[in-house]
Amino acid sequence: MTSELIDFTLVSVALLGIGIYGLAVKRNFIRMLFAVEIIINAANLNIVAFGRFLPHSGGQTMALFSIAIAAAEVAVGLSLIIVAYRMYQNVDIADFRSLKG
Amino acid sequence: MADAVFLALAVITIGSAIAALEMRSLIYGSIALMGTLGGVAGFFFLLDAPFVALFQIAVYVGSIAVLILFTVMLVKRELIFKKIEDKRRKFAGIGLMLVFMVALGAVFLDSGIKTITTDEPAPDFRDIGIDFVTYYWPALILMGLILAGSVTGSLVLARREDVENDQRAN
Repeated sequence: MTSELIDFTLVSVALLGIGIYGLAVKRNFIRMLFAVEIIINAANLNIVAFGRFLPHSGGQTMALFSIAIAAAEVAVGLSLIIVAYRMYQNVDIADFRSLKG
Repeated sequence: MADAVFLALAVITIGSAIAALEMRSLIYGSIALMGTLGGVAGFFFLLDAPFVALFQIAVYVGSIAVLILFTVMLVKRELIFKKIEDKRRKFAGIGLMLVFMVALGAVFLDSGIKTITTDEPAPDFRDIGIDFVTYYWPALILMGLILAGSVTGSLVLARREDVENDQRAN
């Protein structure tokens, strides 16, 4: 293996930055979900990279748990999108204001 | 130093992550998101974790990306192609991204992890299986319950109550 830990970490930092940009700028609910997915993947990449270089099998185990929980999160998020779209006929989060005091 | 495969994977992953957020059409955006998830799976192969890589391909590229694609297709046509954002917010977001990248990158480059290398063999996937059924078994059961609960919850959430059963049959 020729790549080092720092390379994987820097890719992970770049993905995290792109995800934060998406969360801050986009107002489309579906695009915000994309950004959350990108951030989760950056975290998984970091976990597996550190687990490889320690080396310890716990990194891969944690990454598998994380992937499974992320799948659950996406299922709930997408059904929330469908419910909100049905109520407001829009996916702009600025329109979802019924809880605003 | 990074090799050519690593660089190609990094370009694919980061490029398609930007494309997923910036492409005009949400459908092409979700296909670009598939590229990002597949690129991360490639990184897992490079890290000698083939089990996690295949899990990533099966769960993320195989199911989550397709689920997102179907949800996008349920949305009205003009909303798929409409970009909702304002310019000032965009510049602020780019600034925030650069601050995060530069600060975290500087911290990592300055820290000791630059010197970490390993010659030891990668953890075997048999160890992961043993981990799952010995030390982590309560967490594994909890994870199964969470998955079942979230899928049931999302089905209940997305159910339409205004449609009668005979209408549903038609």
